[in-house]
Amino acid sequence: MEVFWEYAKAFLVGGAICAVGQVLIDYTKLTPARILVTFVVLGVALGGLGVYQPLVEWAGGGASIPLTGWGNAIARGTREAVAEKGIYGVLSGGLTISAAGVAAAIFFGLMGALVFRPKEK
Amino acid sequence: MENLTDHAYGEMVKKASPPSKSFRDIPLAFLIGGGICTLGHFFISQYERWGVSEEIASPAGLITLIFLAVLLTGLGVYDKMAKVGGGGSLVPITGFANAVAAPALEFKSEGMILGLGAKMFLIVGPVIVYGVASGVIYGLILYLFKLY
Amino acid sequence: MATNLGNYTLNLDTSPSLLSFAAVGSKKEAEGPIGKQFDIINEDSLFGQKTWELAEGQMQKIAAEKALEKAALSPGEIKMLFAGDLLNQITASHYGLRELGIPFIGLYGACSTMSQSVILASMMVEGGLINRGMAVTSSHFCSAERQYRFPLEYGGQRPPTAQWTATAAGAVIVGQSSAPPYIRRVCVGTIENKNVKDLTNMGAAMAPAAAQTLSRFFADTGTGPDNYDVILTGDLGQVGSDLLSQLMEREGYKLEGKHADCGLILFDRDTQKVDAGGSGCGCAAAVLCAYLLPAMRKGKVNEVLFMATGALMSPTSVQQGQDIPGIAHLMHLSTSPKAGGG
Repeated sequence: MEVFWEYAKAFLVGGAICAVGQVLIDYTKLTPARILVTFVVLGVALGGLGVYQPLVEWAGGGASIPLTGWGNAIARGTREAVAEKGIYGVLSGGLTISAAGVAAAIFFGLMGALVFRPKEK
Repeated sequence: MENLTDHAYGEMVKKASPPSKSFRDIPLAFLIGGGICTLGHFFISQYERWGVSEEIASPAGLITLIFLAVLLTGLGVYDKMAKVGGGGSLVPITGFANAVAAPALEFKSEGMILGLGAKMFLIVGPVIVYGVASGVIYGLILYLFKLY
Repeated sequence: MATNLGNYTLNLDTSPSLLSFAAVGSKKEAEGPIGKQFDIINEDSLFGQKTWELAEGQMQKIAAEKALEKAALSPGEIKMLFAGDLLNQITASHYGLRELGIPFIGLYGACSTMSQSVILASMMVEGGLINRGMAVTSSHFCSAERQYRFPLEYGGQRPPTAQWTATAAGAVIVGQSSAPPYIRRVCVGTIENKNVKDLTNMGAAMAPAAAQTLSRFFADTGTGPDNYDVILTGDLGQVGSDLLSQLMEREGYKLEGKHADCGLILFDRDTQKVDAGGSGCGCAAAVLCAYLLPAMRKGKVNEVLFMATGALMSPTSVQQGQDIPGIAHLMHLSTSPKAGGG
């Protein structure tokens, strides 16, 4: 039961955040790239205000997997790095914490592009 | 035609243009987005169960999703999923991975450097730019006002 | 020689003929309502080429060669070639048609290029400057997507007002002959804009230009929708077609029962997931060459207004916040060289 509830929370929170994205697609003229930018910047802001991290602790993947979760991670990484390294941390924190994810996307993207070719639609 | 103002025509266009089917789009986005997040959550818990530290299990879960999204992009499946899922496949990290892989694949025909290498950031470039920049601004605020 | 009718319309007194025509398409076009009427269908939308851009050029080449073959003409018997497509610097036309060795004039009129090229060829023939000219245009879904929108594998949702770029090409040979169909009158459009900025609603951007050209033609010739069997617009799609009817009604013309749109003929909106309909230069070109002109040859329709419409933006102009100008060029086609059609 506890496991079920844990996954249900991830599903509900993740689904809700994505539904917000769909509302932006349907009711605004925002292009996908703008929506992604909005989510990341919003995540940094909410993370900076300390609002988002409790949601990650409550919903796990449901809050960390949407792009707002990346924004939150940038805020968290920056905060920790500034506390530890001062002004240097201002610049190093955000990318350090997301280094693995960004490197994975770039490397897998490169490999994918070498192996596959676009399909006709 | 001269007696029709841009504004009046804009109103005609609004009336003639069918709206998005939100009653269908939003629940689908919820389902697919929720599904992707649940799958990611499963990976994270599984890594933890295998003894990976909590600090690494979470990014490892994300990386697994990124790998899957790139694979599905290459197989020509992710864009079909997105036709249905909309926001549900755009907002999770898998949407980010798809946005890296799709232009890389597409522009390989313009060469490995200026095609694949440069165009890879066609869509996600701005996301990285503004994500990192807002982190730096946040860091500056923390540093200047001694909030850490 | 041509005579002026009113301010905008030219009457082609010698009534040049559309001697031969050919349409080429790919898989999705073959599955559409007029799929069986294409001269050549290649299910592989790469057409044996390395890139989508070369594939589009190849389509033009195949269409041109087929039109020549049907008329039993060699390239050397065509005195001038008018061609265009949707790519930057119209490279599909340049690369696809370079081997034909026909004096070449490259055109850009976005999706209006089929009308534009046939009109120019017919005016040259009318003036006696050339005895035969050819008009070729094309569009390719994959090359247009990557230039104007997103990479093919990118997961985006299309709004219901969006249109689907046809992977198709058409070629028409114009010359003097006693065989129909004839091109009787032409009306070259002006650039019109009503501040439409939505890149996913091209029909709305082009409808004002279509209404402008059509009402000018009616005024110049003293005719109306009742004088024609069909008024065929090039890729306004569902949204643009609805808007055209409304705009024409404001001008005092009822199009009901007379108007059809190439974007709604090429694809079946209910089963082919093309949202508001087809688009692209190849859409109007294919419907003209595979559907309309054969029907005229068989005498099923006799008096036709064909008006391809184009949206004249570029990705740069849209990103810079500019609105989308439209254009529409009209030609009056007929199965009789002089009488009829008002």
